[in-house]
Amino acid sequence: MTALAVHDLDVDLGGRPVLRGVRLHVDPGELVGLIGPNGAGKTTLLRAVLGLIRIRSGQVLVDGVPSRPGRCAIGYVPQRHEFAWEFPISVQEAVLSGRTGRIGLLRRPGAADWRATAEAIDRVRLGDLRRRPVAELSGGQRQRVLVARALASQPALLLLDEPFTGLDMPTQELLGELFTGLAAEGTPLLMTTHDLIGAMDACSRLVLLNRRVIAEGKPAELRDPQLWMRTFGISERSPLLRLVGVDTAAVAAASSEGTG
Amino acid sequence: MPITEFIADLFNPDLAFLPKALLIAVMSSVVCGVVGCYVVLRGMAFIGDAVAHAVFPGLAVAFVLQGSLVLGGAVAGIVTALLIAVFAQRRRIKEDSLIGVFFVAAFALGIVIISQAPGYAGSLQQFLFGSITGIPDRDLYTVGFTGLAILAVLFLLHKELVAVSLDRESARSVGLPVFWLDIVLYVLVTLAVVISLQTIGNILVLALLITPAAAARLLTDRLGVMMLLAPVIGGGSALVGLYLSWSYDLPVGGTVVLVATGVFLLAWVFAPRHGLLARRRREPAGEPHRESDGTPESQVTPVSAEVDERPMG
Repeated sequence: MTALAVHDLDVDLGGRPVLRGVRLHVDPGELVGLIGPNGAGKTTLLRAVLGLIRIRSGQVLVDGVPSRPGRCAIGYVPQRHEFAWEFPISVQEAVLSGRTGRIGLLRRPGAADWRATAEAIDRVRLGDLRRRPVAELSGGQRQRVLVARALASQPALLLLDEPFTGLDMPTQELLGELFTGLAAEGTPLLMTTHDLIGAMDACSRLVLLNRRVIAEGKPAELRDPQLWMRTFGISERSPLLRLVGVDTAAVAAASSEGTG
Repeated sequence: MPITEFIADLFNPDLAFLPKALLIAVMSSVVCGVVGCYVVLRGMAFIGDAVAHAVFPGLAVAFVLQGSLVLGGAVAGIVTALLIAVFAQRRRIKEDSLIGVFFVAAFALGIVIISQAPGYAGSLQQFLFGSITGIPDRDLYTVGFTGLAILAVLFLLHKELVAVSLDRESARSVGLPVFWLDIVLYVLVTLAVVISLQTIGNILVLALLITPAAAARLLTDRLGVMMLLAPVIGGGSALVGLYLSWSYDLPVGGTVVLVATGVFLLAWVFAPRHGLLARRRREPAGEPHRESDGTPESQVTPVSAEVDERPMG
């Protein structure tokens, strides 16, 4: 079954249209990258999927059921600055907090909660640091804590908001491997990112978004520079096209041939 | 005055107000210490200050009507806290500005009300700076039960309050009632402030919320330990402060706060990991956030190797 299916989603924020007619799906085993410029509506789309903002029309189905906060079918990994890292708790307590919704009001965490926490910590390979205060972690370790916290609720789908931002290349690579590993083990992921190279490399599928879905497909299929130019609002001379390996020289040659 | 004499005074039936004041001061400091942990960790110090102002009109009304000060203060504080929470939902004006508007307005209202009562100047000073005399017996029970109720709610909602404090958006996404948890916390802060007003006074009560919790934060990196240390520091400061105040005829609120401040300064210098001395000692060893932990993240791969391994495109 499709882990996430978004049908014809329209979202307005403050009376202005932000998303229009967005169709999107994430299947088991997939790591899908959501790519677009600032203001394209990436984070809004994630929030709509989480059920945190009202949608104007359309439908968001997670594991076949309409999304609503508290269903716990979705694990959310926010941007790192959203988390209060100076809070005096250890890695495992931070991860356990991901199960708060599951444990329920007025109950204490039980054996199942601690087991899920330990598994989540092992999956992101933070076992050696489980007792360390979160304030003392590096950026990459913090990102892994957030992923583990989301995994602790045993979600059917992980949503990641710009997990690579502000991290150095080796750390990005490690995280990219972690994400592809999670996808292969059966937790599908949808992530927004500005790291185009990383996304081309790690993602099984990319969605180019700018208020609506401009294109989607395997990284190797997105060869048409027009798609990238429309998504990011850039000219055919933009270095971005070279960065993602879209052959601009050929296009330029073709267009000059056409005019000449 | 030697301690033995202080203890003798505590059991002197002619000085019956003294043990009552001590009990109230210690109980309210303990409760404020625990609640204060959240206030400090969430950066809500301004809200604590504001609540202390907001309860003032309630106290004034209760004073004029000869009613229970604790009840009057609680009602006024909670009403104002709810107003803030509701107004803050529309993000046009930021929360701290709203607090600035409403809580100071409440304080102003309190001053206007109390100026209408006879014996205005003396009672005003009592409200603002605290007093150990004239505490009715029923206040002892009110403070005791309210304190227990506050601690019970904090205990029962601990993991929810932690989750919301860590990251509101994620808390919302797992279905926690973030708005209501905020309200609960505001109300608990208000109640903790109100039960402490009697001995410490309106101006100084903020110190009971912030100082012990801040000192405890310097001493530990574990939330559970912090929430035990803060009430111990608060209760201890109340005890020592009242003793000094009684011995040297000093104002009780000010003395208690100064003792707590002393503890905070000691912690700031001598705390095992975050203290001034510990940081000095560690400095040559390098920046604390970049401790090597054996994970490959801290090693930067040479650029050429990176390119070799991962051809672009």
